[in-house]
Amino acid sequence: MSAKKLNSKFAHLITKDDNFKKLSINFFIFTKISIIMSNSILQYSSITKKIVMALVGLFLLMFLLVHLAVNSFLIFDPSRTLFNEGAHFMATNPIIQTMQYVLFGGFILHIILGITLQIQNWMARPVRYKMEGWSHTSPFSKFMIHTGIIIFIFLTIHFINFFLVAKFGEIPSFGDTEMEDMGLLVIQVFKMPGYVAFYVIALILLAFHLHHAFQSAFQSLGMNHSKYTPFIKGLSTVVSVVIALGFILIPLVIFFSSRYQA
Amino acid sequence: MIKLDAKIPEGPLAEKWSLYKKNVHLVNPANKTKIDIILVGTGLSGSAAASSLAELGYNVKAFCFQDAPRRAHSVAAQGGINAAKNYRNDSDSVFRLFYDIIKGGDFRAREANVYRAAEVSNQTIDQLVAAGTPFAREYSGYLDNRSFGGVQVSRTFYAKGQTGQQCLLGAYSGLIRQIAKGKVTMYSRRDMLDLVIIDGKARGIITRNLVTGEIERHSAHAVILATGGYGTIYYLSTLALGSNPSAAWAAHKKGALFANPSFVQIHPTSIPQMNDYQAKLTLMSESLRNDGRIWVPKAKGDKRAPNSIPEEERDYYLERRYPAFGNLVPRDVASRAAKERCDAGYGVGDTGLSVYLDFSKSIEKQGKKAIENKYGNLFEMYNKITGINPYNEPMRIYPAGHYTMGGLWVDYNLMTTIPGLFAIGESNFSDHGANRLGAGSLMQCAGEGYFVIPVTISSFLSDEIKTPKIPTSHPEFEKAEKESKDKLHKLLSINGKQTVTAFHRRLGKIMWDHCGMVRNEEGLKKAIELIAKLKEEFWKDVKVPGALNELNQELEKAVRVADFFELARLMCQDAINRKESCGAHFREESQTPEGEAQRIDSEYSYVAAWEYCGEDKEHNLHKEALKFENIELKERSYK
Amino acid sequence: MNIKLEIWRQKDAKSKGGFVTYPLDGVSEGMSFLEMMDFLNTTLIKKGDEPVAFEHDCREGICGSCSLYINGRAHGPAHETTTCELRMTKFRNGDRIVVEPWRSKAFPLIKDLIVDRSSFEKIMQAGGFISVNTGAAPEANSIPIPKNHADEAFDSAVCVGCGACVATCKNSSAMLFVSAKISQLALLPQGQVEAKTRVQNMVTKMDDLGFGNCTNTGACEAECPKGIKIANIARMNREFICAKMGAQKMSL
Repeated sequence: MSAKKLNSKFAHLITKDDNFKKLSINFFIFTKISIIMSNSILQYSSITKKIVMALVGLFLLMFLLVHLAVNSFLIFDPSRTLFNEGAHFMATNPIIQTMQYVLFGGFILHIILGITLQIQNWMARPVRYKMEGWSHTSPFSKFMIHTGIIIFIFLTIHFINFFLVAKFGEIPSFGDTEMEDMGLLVIQVFKMPGYVAFYVIALILLAFHLHHAFQSAFQSLGMNHSKYTPFIKGLSTVVSVVIALGFILIPLVIFFSSRYQA
Repeated sequence: MIKLDAKIPEGPLAEKWSLYKKNVHLVNPANKTKIDIILVGTGLSGSAAASSLAELGYNVKAFCFQDAPRRAHSVAAQGGINAAKNYRNDSDSVFRLFYDIIKGGDFRAREANVYRAAEVSNQTIDQLVAAGTPFAREYSGYLDNRSFGGVQVSRTFYAKGQTGQQCLLGAYSGLIRQIAKGKVTMYSRRDMLDLVIIDGKARGIITRNLVTGEIERHSAHAVILATGGYGTIYYLSTLALGSNPSAAWAAHKKGALFANPSFVQIHPTSIPQMNDYQAKLTLMSESLRNDGRIWVPKAKGDKRAPNSIPEEERDYYLERRYPAFGNLVPRDVASRAAKERCDAGYGVGDTGLSVYLDFSKSIEKQGKKAIENKYGNLFEMYNKITGINPYNEPMRIYPAGHYTMGGLWVDYNLMTTIPGLFAIGESNFSDHGANRLGAGSLMQCAGEGYFVIPVTISSFLSDEIKTPKIPTSHPEFEKAEKESKDKLHKLLSINGKQTVTAFHRRLGKIMWDHCGMVRNEEGLKKAIELIAKLKEEFWKDVKVPGALNELNQELEKAVRVADFFELARLMCQDAINRKESCGAHFREESQTPEGEAQRIDSEYSYVAAWEYCGEDKEHNLHKEALKFENIELKERSYK
Repeated sequence: MNIKLEIWRQKDAKSKGGFVTYPLDGVSEGMSFLEMMDFLNTTLIKKGDEPVAFEHDCREGICGSCSLYINGRAHGPAHETTTCELRMTKFRNGDRIVVEPWRSKAFPLIKDLIVDRSSFEKIMQAGGFISVNTGAAPEANSIPIPKNHADEAFDSAVCVGCGACVATCKNSSAMLFVSAKISQLALLPQGQVEAKTRVQNMVTKMDDLGFGNCTNTGACEAECPKGIKIANIARMNREFICAKMGAQKMSL
């Protein structure tokens, strides 16, 4: 499917009246929640912000792992059966459906917190240095907002392309089953070279983000110990590389392998 | 006519302090809240006093020239703080500590004051520990002690090489607590310019706000100076560059006698001067002498690298001269011996003004690891500054001006000869006689601040409860403020060619050469002439840029150096007057045939307290005879 | 050697500041960085210019007065070194050296390279003490403290309050400073009584004064002249969580 087709599909689904309504209501609710959250976040002390950021971050990491697991079904089973079953389960299981909202909340909280922290941090140094220092620390830690923003842009596009389409669009059934053929949608998108390239870049940045984030969360939660911290730092590298590589491999395999046909 | 009365309480030595406390007039709690006290200087003694007085209920106004009280130079004390806890069961006692201080001071300190200092030392440790000072501990969790400065017991409490910093932070934490409570008002970045006396009593001070340049008046019922020592008079010393005697000197000029000004301790193990721009000498802890051997080449002007000088061509002069104590002789003896060798032409380094402190033997015997455990941080510091690795090559050391035993004369109440003006810590003269023992400074400062001044000040304040707040509009304030301003304007208007520092450096050289480790009458007289000339030149040719009403660091320095000229002259006069050698004061005319210090107890067993008689006039000498009722005067011998 | 200094000059808090370039000849390798600054000032005074104002006092790395952001690093290029201990051997002939004041909203500039660090004092006043009156202390050896706790408390207590952590942190956060004090007192039995209120009060004060948030970059630890570790910040976070939740303290 070409990008044009995909866009028209998106246009189609939001012009569909009741879908649009659903979308607007959801959007309205999330905006409202965001405003309430931001207001209370501003009241948080700096350490509370850190702690919430860490907890939410770890929660989002769990989501990434689940997401990666489901995605990997496509690699293990090119017939898409496994993946579609997984997707169907995720779309219908009431617990997962509830968690979806928690997840949205988590993302929003993480983003609002990130932005709030950054703005406060910029405000804390109104006059910048002429010669900025680069001390011997993890370089990724200094660019969390930058990697974060790019990942956010990626997420938005990703969200439109998959989630909204899945939720409100019309997806053909998978064979004779009542399941939607989500796998086909994924394969269609991952056959577009531009998208794959963007996907790969975004995930490399995600790796940078996680590389600092994972071990940083432990520090924020007060877990720093001369014995265990080096291990956590190593684990942080492993986690970031495994997650990013895992996600990156899937579009690459789909793009290059003839076993997947859009 | 001033009559010195030390107001030593009656009774046996060991009971004087408790009897005093029993009988001292008190100020009741309600009246305390109506009384203001000014406290200048927030080092260990100042911080301890400020918090203790505020806890009692007095309103304290504390002043310091630094941006925060925590930066006072007490932070730089390395070795430790003495107390007679006898935790080691090594027969230590208050009396033994008292005796060691008196003997270490070469019998030139007042018995009653010293005994009290020893007595409150134990409480001081309790107080500091309770305030969170992380003193070194044994594996059992109990406090560790080490021996220090050639005494026979282990009574020194320490926090690695940063005991002063940790003690000050302990006292400072009490101070900030009272600031938060509003009982202490903190005025930082202020220089005290003058003391205000109303009807014969110290009632206020004139300060300069070092940020805005504003001249301010502050009043109180009593004034306490905790302004430290004046070792910076040598320009190069181990002191912080800001340390200065100007506040004490202002008080002196207003009538407070200055005692034993020439008693200055020269510390033997400092990193030598490396170049002409050097602003300060860095101290290496005295503890290094426990394992380091001091030597110079046997041949004059031997310029070979130290490691290529064979063993038999080295002169371990301390071991040679003092076989019993060797490298561990007291500070003054070690300092003079180093100077003697260097003056004779055996010194090492480019300048020939240093000696070697060699660890190769100890490293060979105990292993590098053991030495590293003991002195790792000091070796690192030395390496950082000189670029020489002391594990491979001997250190070079030379004596440096360090601590001033002299200071404002105070009685048993720590009150100066001006009623209502007190002096505590290094700024007074009271406890260390002619030479201070290692780890004695923190002990005295904390003890006086925490436990002495809060008691003794009430003997003065109990008569002041009816005195209303002192108005700063009083003509005496106006007069003092005008005088201060005039002096500052004068300094700013000279607009000569030489910098303040250039004058300070020259003055320091004069003092180091003639009123340093070794003194003689001829040299001291010459120094007085040179100082007078330099002073004249200063007032004609100094250049102080900038203005009065702004942050002006050159002006701050100029005020201090101007005072140094006057103090320098007095130091020389005091040194001329004392024709004996005692402690840190070594007069060439008074030595034994072997070249050791010769005390003359029959003539000089007194405190020389000097009265200011006007600019460029000779000071008037007042003598406080020292009576030793509890100990026998002995010759100090370290052979 | 000859160097080229670019120094921030600003007459007072209200005036506008800017960089001024000073070529300086005849700098000796044996000078410390501040002696080089003294040397510069001597030349400036002799030329009739205003000397550069900078803070310093003990010149042996213990009082915490000196500051200076030198070529992009707090206290210059040497590790665990204050500016006053920094030697000119770290620089080469012909070097361009940029000298800036600490930059932080909470450290307003006073003049040239001098900033006002009194916000540190305010944080300390909010709880950086144990409330024991003079005379109320028990016998010092009545509270044994495990040696490793005492040593760790000491390692936290060596902070000199210079503000390099704030200056170097990209967020201008004061967490390292605050946590060092909280850690010291949290590690000692004497500090337990007020531990919960202390951490909350000091953190609240720190936030009010406009310091940034900690994002665990670790720059403070890398630049601290006294080698204070960010493990202290973790401990403070722990203390804070426990205090907020009213929980018993976790020890780690």
